[in-house]
Amino acid sequence: MEDLETLRAEVIAAVEKAPDLTALDEVRVGALGKKGRVTALMKSLGGMDPETRKQAGQAMNRVKDAVAQAIEARRAALEAAELNARLARERVDVTLPVRPETAGTIHPISQTWDEVVAIFAQMGFAVAEGPDIEDDFHNFTALNFPPEHPAREMHDTFFLPERPDGTRHLLRTHTSPVQVRTMRGEAPPIRILVPGRTYRSDSDMTHTPMFHQFEGLVIDRTTHMGHLKGCLSEFVEAYFEVDSVPMRFRPSFFPFTEPSAEVDIGCSRQGGELRIGAGDDWLEILGCGMVHPNVLKACGLDPEVYQGFAFGMGLERIAMLKYGIPDLRTFFESDLRWLRHYGFAALDVPTLHGGLGR
Amino acid sequence: MKFTLSWLKDHLETDATLDQIAERLTMLGLEVEAVADPRATLAPFTVAEVLSAEKHPDADKLRLCTVRPGDGGPDLQIICGAPNARAGMKGVLARPGAAIPESGQVLKTGKIRGVESQGMLCSSRELGLGDDHTGIIDLPAETPVGVSIVDVLALDPMIEIAITPNRPDCLGVRGIARDLAASGLGTLKPLTVEPVAGTFTSPIRVSHGLEEADREACPQFVGRTIRGVKNGPSPAWVRDRLTAIGLRPISALVDVTNLISYEFGRPLHVFDADRLTGDIHPRLARDGETIRALDEADYTLTPDDVVIADDAGPQAIGGVMGGLETGCTEATTTVFLESALFDPRRIAATGRRLGIDSDARYRFERGVDPESAGMGAEVATRLILEWCGGEASELVISGAPPAWRLELSLDPVRVRTLCGITVERATCRRILEALGCEIVAEDSDGVLTVLRPSWRPDITAEHDLVEEVARVYGFDRIPTVSLPRDPMPRPVLTGAQTRRVTARRTLAARGLSECVTWSFLPKAHAEAFGGGLPALDLANPISSELDAMRPSILPNLATAAQRNADRGVANAALFEVGPQFHGGEPGEQRMVAAGLRMGASGPRHWDVRPRPVDAFDAKADALAALAAAGAPVGSLQTVTEAPAWYHPGRSGALKLGPKVLAWFGELHPGVLRLLDVKGPMAAFEVFLEAVPEPKAKPTKARPLLRASALQPVERDFAFVVDQTVPAETLVRAAKGADKGLIRDVAVFDVYQGERLEAGRKSVALCVTLQPTDRTLTDEDIDAAGQKVVAAVAKATGGTLRG
Repeated sequence: MEDLETLRAEVIAAVEKAPDLTALDEVRVGALGKKGRVTALMKSLGGMDPETRKQAGQAMNRVKDAVAQAIEARRAALEAAELNARLARERVDVTLPVRPETAGTIHPISQTWDEVVAIFAQMGFAVAEGPDIEDDFHNFTALNFPPEHPAREMHDTFFLPERPDGTRHLLRTHTSPVQVRTMRGEAPPIRILVPGRTYRSDSDMTHTPMFHQFEGLVIDRTTHMGHLKGCLSEFVEAYFEVDSVPMRFRPSFFPFTEPSAEVDIGCSRQGGELRIGAGDDWLEILGCGMVHPNVLKACGLDPEVYQGFAFGMGLERIAMLKYGIPDLRTFFESDLRWLRHYGFAALDVPTLHGGLGR
Repeated sequence: MKFTLSWLKDHLETDATLDQIAERLTMLGLEVEAVADPRATLAPFTVAEVLSAEKHPDADKLRLCTVRPGDGGPDLQIICGAPNARAGMKGVLARPGAAIPESGQVLKTGKIRGVESQGMLCSSRELGLGDDHTGIIDLPAETPVGVSIVDVLALDPMIEIAITPNRPDCLGVRGIARDLAASGLGTLKPLTVEPVAGTFTSPIRVSHGLEEADREACPQFVGRTIRGVKNGPSPAWVRDRLTAIGLRPISALVDVTNLISYEFGRPLHVFDADRLTGDIHPRLARDGETIRALDEADYTLTPDDVVIADDAGPQAIGGVMGGLETGCTEATTTVFLESALFDPRRIAATGRRLGIDSDARYRFERGVDPESAGMGAEVATRLILEWCGGEASELVISGAPPAWRLELSLDPVRVRTLCGITVERATCRRILEALGCEIVAEDSDGVLTVLRPSWRPDITAEHDLVEEVARVYGFDRIPTVSLPRDPMPRPVLTGAQTRRVTARRTLAARGLSECVTWSFLPKAHAEAFGGGLPALDLANPISSELDAMRPSILPNLATAAQRNADRGVANAALFEVGPQFHGGEPGEQRMVAAGLRMGASGPRHWDVRPRPVDAFDAKADALAALAAAGAPVGSLQTVTEAPAWYHPGRSGALKLGPKVLAWFGELHPGVLRLLDVKGPMAAFEVFLEAVPEPKAKPTKARPLLRASALQPVERDFAFVVDQTVPAETLVRAAKGADKGLIRDVAVFDVYQGERLEAGRKSVALCVTLQPTDRTLTDEDIDAAGQKVVAAVAKATGGTLRG
């Protein structure tokens, strides 16, 4: 019978020397397999008397457990080493660039439009729209532009060809025809915001033949010029995200409003940087006024009963002011470098609760 | 409209500063566009005495002057080129650091021909004070030395204001003064015009050549002959004023008309009476009559134009411009003065058609005071007699001022209800009277009856009076009041508006950049994209490149993509959401989300090989936009019915029943060539308004989710079909084979090649079966498979691939 201690020492030494999992398995079979040395020793227990068998059995079991434990430990170590070796082989250069994805962008006109709508929605303005091609009635006559009046000439109108009846349609010179369409189509109270493309045959450093306006219209029985001031003041502060913006209402003239005003907001231009709010300079941003009684009449509303205000401003202009975009013409050039620089991410949806600007 | 401060003060008694006046003008609606105050730029220039003026050692025409600045500082050595520099004179000294108004350059100490010059003695022109550059300014001997010239020269600031079309009364200095006085910034000085008694009967008479029906074209003509005049330069103060407002002084007789035009908004004309033939007749021009006007251009007239004619023919385009032939010159000795009134509309039409922008047209088309013809004639006569001598005839008057008297009622309460300010009735009265209105009556309710002044054609109704009161009272006194509103704001966007926003942001999220391009494009591009209707041509395009309304957004995006490529930004992916036009009537436009990808699917990359963009990129974009817009994309049919600008074999339409929701595909190579762009370009047009509105539902609750706990089963089938059979037909047939069990059908392989008969292809489908009540048995699965095979065979004639 082999000496137990020797057996144990030899087997454990073999386990620890096993270079890989295959060799380790051979050692295991040689020790614990059916014909293994430890197994053979265990078989000899059958011939012993009970007292001896009990003692020898316990000793043998200790050896068997020790060997099994050593094998498991060795197996875990070998497996870990093998995994590490595999991982080392699988190494990649993670500094390589990722697979290409292109981020699209939202045009500043759309973004500004979403901002303006978010603000005026708070004041209950619905969004109304109308056609780009208009007739003379909606663009001029109903808006109190008498024929031959110099104010018509100021509009640099694009015309379409003469129609069979001798009239000519035109590209709307402002979004105001939608006022007329709305007032003729629905009964007051009316609160609408009208965004859209407008056209003037003018092209230079600061004019493009197409641009965007948005205008507001409020018609009911009681809205007066003080409300106009309040509405615009709240808009300007919300849009420019400045707590207090000085405003100046200057009397002016538009055929479709009376009294009419142009509105300046306070700003500073120190060091060539325009800042809205503080400062000692003024910046004109919009025209407005109380809807002219002739316009109400042309829309079938009694000016003795109904009144209200209208205002209009340039979408590009307020976008330029807020986002520091220097040149109007670049809005329409579709230059990807510009779109990526001044554009907005798809998910930058302006909200009042999350903040308008990014 | 330009005027000078001293001119204004001829009519306005005021202590207000220039700044206060400018501020008030703006707040009255007379927006100040520019103030040129020579006192600001000239403050650094001082009066100095020339002690000696010797010849420059190295230059014959230069003088070496010793100048005493008079401020206690040392005498200066100054080199001066002026011939009039002499010892003992008082001149204007510019020190180093001063900006010379004429050039804008800052003066520096420098050497002239080797001799240091420590300053400069200035001419009038260098200081912007006139045209004189023959020598340096020679001030009177008693002028104190050392003080700023601002304190010793009569310097007159110039103010330029923008006049809105409704305020013809402010096209004269007096009207501006009246507005300022009404606002409390001083008082309007009284104006009395004493008529000049004529000493003889005008040999030139005026007879109206206008039919009664056309009388409104020139309702009144006032004229007068002045004989024995000597024309020459007008007085210096007149020339200074005209120069200050940018007019060129011409001669006393012409300057009179310009002065009165700017002072009273009253245009006049002077004829050389000796060049007139017979009498004067205001009449309508005969068709084709011509006249050479004072601008030396020839104009052909029509019967819509009013002319002032003599017996020989038209001698002036009435209210627009005089004729060259009968204009006054230095040699004129007899003048016939015209002070007439013209119909604003007719003047506007004539001026616009002939393209003449004159001060007279500008005033007449806005409306000249109908009562001013006599006043203008008398003021002008006085000035002519004063400056040129001579003798005036009696006035010749034809016609009468048109009716302008209009009484309006004003309820001062309207000022509050319309403008939100409470203005006392007495204040209303004071403001209106100061503007020239007459308060005819006031009833027991406080309602005023107001007679408007003759010079305010814009005041025609009560609201005009409300505006006048509010304007003069001050818009800055209107309170700021919040609009009453719902405590909880409601959604305001319509379904269509929301869809547009979602489609736009979805496309941006897919990597396309949003553009905004012109609504117009070159007509050739319109024609290539289904447009080019004559009704959509622009009659007056800004350029021949932008002469038709766009039938499609795509040409603009294609050329934009190419421009980006030319700038080195390749593989542009662009989109726009905007209108496309299909007819020339209002409303004949559609809201379209259009987009385009150019070139390759991406940049060159170490792992992903870029491929050319193709119809499936466009289809994916179109489907994403449609899904965002709420279209039932699962129910759409793809048909090969895209229009001619797409590649006929690589394009399609996405339809819902008979309705086309979108087109997609690669652009036709012929179209690419026409647009002068490089392909490939994969484009789509999604018609947002064609997407059906979702049905209104009583609640936002979604149907209950029925997620089966049973394992779905996948089975693959490869069918051999004719090459022309669309894959969508197979998928549709397979899906319909057992609607209760088949959850999904996917195409995972398409093969056509030598292992199949010619003209055949194999399409491999993966069918997903989803049991709902029990686990599927092999028999169940086989039965479902047979149904799929039968359905596909029926729909396409396809058979399972062996």
